[in-house]
Amino acid sequence: MGAGILGEKIGMTRIFTKNGESIPVTVILAGPCRVIQRKNLEKDGYNAVQLGFKEVNKKKVSKPIIGHFNKFKVEPLKYMREFKVDDSNKYSSGMEVKVDIFKEGDKVDIISISKGKGFAGAIKRHHFSGGPKTHGQKEYFRSVGSMGATDAARVFKGKKLPGHMGSDRVSMKNIKVVKVDLGRNLILVKGSVPGAKGTMVIINKIV
Amino acid sequence: MPDYIKQLEEEQLKKENSVFAPGDTVEIYQKIIEGTKERVQIFKGIVIAKKHSGSKETFTVRKVSKGVGVEKIFQLHSPNIAKIVVLKKGKTRRAKLYYLRNRVGKSSTVKEKRS
Repeated sequence: MGAGILGEKIGMTRIFTKNGESIPVTVILAGPCRVIQRKNLEKDGYNAVQLGFKEVNKKKVSKPIIGHFNKFKVEPLKYMREFKVDDSNKYSSGMEVKVDIFKEGDKVDIISISKGKGFAGAIKRHHFSGGPKTHGQKEYFRSVGSMGATDAARVFKGKKLPGHMGSDRVSMKNIKVVKVDLGRNLILVKGSVPGAKGTMVIINKIV
Repeated sequence: MPDYIKQLEEEQLKKENSVFAPGDTVEIYQKIIEGTKERVQIFKGIVIAKKHSGSKETFTVRKVSKGVGVEKIFQLHSPNIAKIVVLKKGKTRRAKLYYLRNRVGKSSTVKEKRS
C-alpha cells in the first residue's frame, strides 16, 4: 500500500460528465506534499512515511518542530501526518507526493474534522422527535423526554443527551474520484466531505 | 490562492450558445443515449423562465401537447444539448412567464417581437 495525500477543502460545485450527467463534487486542493520522516520495521517497528503539506510562515512554527524539519532538510510545512506504507524505502526525505497517485474512477477514503455545532440539543444531536406541539402541551417542545426506567433508579451510561456536537474526526469510505487535475493540484470527489472550507483533509487509498 | 471553483465552473461553459430570452419560441435538440445508441429528440415550446447563472444556468420550456401542458427544464451548458434554435422572438414584460400555465387559447401565447 502506498501513501495517501494531504489536502485542504476548497468547496463544492457540480460538473458535467461526458454522458451529460451533472454530478455534485467537492474540490480539494491536494498536495504537493513532501516526505519528511520515514519509519521502518527494524527501527520503529512499523513502516510509515510522514508527509507535510502547505507552505507556512516560519515564524508560526514552533522551534522544536522546525528542528524536526531541519533534521530531514525539508522546509517547515503547516500540516504533518503519518501514512502507513508497505515499504518506506521507496520514499526519500524531501520527495514530492503529488495528486497523480490517484486517477479518475478510483475509490478513496477521506478523513477530516466536521463542522462544530457547539452545545446542541437532543433533537439536533440525536434526531429525537421532541414533545407534542399542541393538545395543551407547554414548555416541552424540544426536550429529551424520559431518562429511562424507574426501577433502575439511575440513568444508564451512554444515554443520549444534549452536549457538544461536531468538530469530530469523521472518516468516509469508498468515495469516488471524479477528476484529478495535476496542473492545479486539484482532486474532485463525488458528494460532500466533512468540515468547513479550508479544513485539512486526509485522502487515503482504500485498503 | 486563485478561485478554483470559479475556474472549474468557467471550464464547463459552452463557448457558443444561441441567445434567447423568456418568451421566445425555441427548438431544443437533445441527445438521448439508449444503451449504446444515441438519438436526438426535439422539444419545441416557449421559454418561460431562465434560472441560475454560470455553468448552473437552466431554462424551462413549455408546450401544450394534445391539450396537456408539458414543461421541461434543461441545463443550458449540458453536453447533451446539441443545439438550440430560436424560431420566434417574444415580446414580454416580465422575466418569468408562469402566468401562461393558467391561460388557455390565444391568451396563452406570447406576442411576437418584430424588429
